[in-house]
Amino acid sequence: MEERTLYTITIFSENTVGLLNQVTIIFTRRRLNIETLSVSPSAIEGIHKFTITTFTDRETIDKVVKQIDKRVDIIKAYYNTDEDLVFEEIALYKISTPKLLSLGSIEDIVRRYNTRILDMTEIWTVLEKTGHYDETQALFNELSAKTGVLQFIRSGRIAITKSKVERLSDMLAAMEEKLNRAPMLNF
Amino acid sequence: MEIVNDNRGMADQARHDNNGSRVKCGRVVSMTGSQALIESLLHKGVDTIFGYPGGQAIPIYDTLYDYKDQLNHILVRHEQGATHAAQGYARVSGKVGVALVTSGPGVANTITGIADAMMDSTPIVVIAGQVPASLLGTDAFQEVDVIGVTQPITKWAYQVRNADEIAWAVARAFYIASTGRPGPVVLDIAKNAQVGETQYQPVTINHIRSYIPLPDIDPEKIAEAAQLINASKKPLALVGQGVILGNAEKELLDFLRKADIPAASTILGLSALPSDEPLNVGMLGMHGNIAPNLKTNECDVLIAIGMRFDDRVTGDLATYAKQAKIIHLDIDFAEINKNVKVDVPVLGDAKDTLAALTQLLKENKHTEWREEFKSHWEREIQAVINKEIHPKSGPLNMGEIVNKVSEATGHQAVLVTDVGQNQMIGVRYFKYTQTRSVVTSGGLGTMGFGLPAAIGAKFGAPDRTVCLFVGDGGLQMTIQELGTIMQSNVDLKIILLNNEYLGMVRQWQELFYEERYSETTMKNPNFIRIAEAYNIPGRSVTKREELDEAIQEMLAAKGAYLLEAKVVPKGMVYPMVPAGACITNILLGNE
Repeated sequence: MEERTLYTITIFSENTVGLLNQVTIIFTRRRLNIETLSVSPSAIEGIHKFTITTFTDRETIDKVVKQIDKRVDIIKAYYNTDEDLVFEEIALYKISTPKLLSLGSIEDIVRRYNTRILDMTEIWTVLEKTGHYDETQALFNELSAKTGVLQFIRSGRIAITKSKVERLSDMLAAMEEKLNRAPMLNF
Repeated sequence: MEIVNDNRGMADQARHDNNGSRVKCGRVVSMTGSQALIESLLHKGVDTIFGYPGGQAIPIYDTLYDYKDQLNHILVRHEQGATHAAQGYARVSGKVGVALVTSGPGVANTITGIADAMMDSTPIVVIAGQVPASLLGTDAFQEVDVIGVTQPITKWAYQVRNADEIAWAVARAFYIASTGRPGPVVLDIAKNAQVGETQYQPVTINHIRSYIPLPDIDPEKIAEAAQLINASKKPLALVGQGVILGNAEKELLDFLRKADIPAASTILGLSALPSDEPLNVGMLGMHGNIAPNLKTNECDVLIAIGMRFDDRVTGDLATYAKQAKIIHLDIDFAEINKNVKVDVPVLGDAKDTLAALTQLLKENKHTEWREEFKSHWEREIQAVINKEIHPKSGPLNMGEIVNKVSEATGHQAVLVTDVGQNQMIGVRYFKYTQTRSVVTSGGLGTMGFGLPAAIGAKFGAPDRTVCLFVGDGGLQMTIQELGTIMQSNVDLKIILLNNEYLGMVRQWQELFYEERYSETTMKNPNFIRIAEAYNIPGRSVTKREELDEAIQEMLAAKGAYLLEAKVVPKGMVYPMVPAGACITNILLGNE
């Protein structure tokens, strides 16, 4: 078996009910695990963007993405490896305020991890960190060891390609042009 | 007529389509959702639907009562039968088949047919009643999550929750089912949408932003493919159902003849070429002909046209056509490199790509290469075919019956098969003179498909003789559809090849499981008496001498007829390539 790589799949879709299911069943059928998933409106109104990461081999990812792309409600799907992408995850950490203060220097942690304090009460403090998985995990590990972490949440990956424009806008423009050229004859 | 293209932000927004469809609407009339559904079906040119009523579809059936003279509803005996009938109808007519069922168990019973249609790229629309929108998600009586259940096996599944959506949803369903690579679509219509009032306008859709049914043809790929074919000394074409679905039979012949290319068919590609076409070298795959299977691993260029390299066609992929350059013509980009890595993918409708390719071909002759197929054919005739269709003694063979029926119909009939030995023998020994003459469950291999599919085929091709070959196992899976035949006077010729075994599984047990016949013997009822109970005349034949007369009697009968042939109990289908073996590893039985 080929070595497994972390692939990032980007999907542009119509915003219809049941779409996520249409995507996930394609993973289920091949017993592929989704590592992270992030869904949100894209820059183009009415079009949603999915970012999914999964560990698999090149051949499988190629077939999976084609099957996703083939679904009627999917506008475009493609995949990249980390080299082609700028990507980020966001993590929130809830810490006991007294324990945090007992560290002596909060400033040290904030500076070293480039984290920031989102909210603070006498009882708890919420830190926020954006970064790659390893980076958010490193902070978690350190906090766990030193203060304990009351709650922790990490988002799915969001990513943009290093190419100049979002491929979708080109594609939509080309489609629009084709549609304008095509006479409405075959009704 | 008003034209709405909501992709460009026009006023109407197609009422419901915010999905970038190009929608055309007609004059507005006030009516119920059920009426809008029937009007929408009529607008799509539907004249026949197969269905079964139930609680959550009563408003639709009530409306049908008023449309009896415009829409022929065939009452089946089980919802699975409705979907298979819709498939049979679609396969022979090229039109979209329609099934209408109720919610819950009704639509759950259609799953097999939907999955079958997905595998075999058959355009059907399954319309299911659903509990009222207000009850959805409450585990209401006869509620099932239709969209969740059917999404993996449909091209599109949509829940209609209000009457205003119906015309749009039907238009979209038919557009999606019938275009590109066809497939099944499910419309799940909540009861409140059926009874609600709507301002109905006929709607047509011919563009959906997120859906590209017809990929652009890449002239470079056409040129590359033509170059390979022009340089080829030993080309072989593989013909799939894509040729039939694309109405590209003539383009295929022009293509093959211009460059003198021998062609073999997948099971679903059969009848795209007439059986007696000199360039037709037979059927591919596990029970296909020796010549094309062997030559697959000897050709220098393999041209796959509208086929998907199913494992039953290729055998072991690691040894499949490794010596050949492979050109793959398909309308579905997801098929490219799915099973077999190809050298030149040619995306597009076979009708267009074949025509474009033919233009660039030089006229050619491959006399020697084509000659090479003949010795393999002679070997198969001697080792397998003659024994199967011209036995001198012993009990009846399946093949001789298929051969005689085909001859007796002048090779003009539509062949419908069930699944198993009857299917493989059926497609092997029937002959075809016109396209769309084979209806069989290829991808899913659904036992019980035959009888209801044949009913649908008869409605799809009422002027043709429809012959069903079915085994004793498969017939009993959907035998209740004899009631449909009785009620709707379906003129169907049923040939039951009765060996009192689940023959194909038994064959595997004999060959690969040391003759341990685990649960493959069948104690059967008297099928002739069952048919009689449904007013279907029939006759049981055991002797060779009776066969011709019995076939004549069957074909002369007005209406349905059951011809039961008691065939050799342990008949075998040869040639056979064991599952997963190299495609040239062909078993012939006792030569």
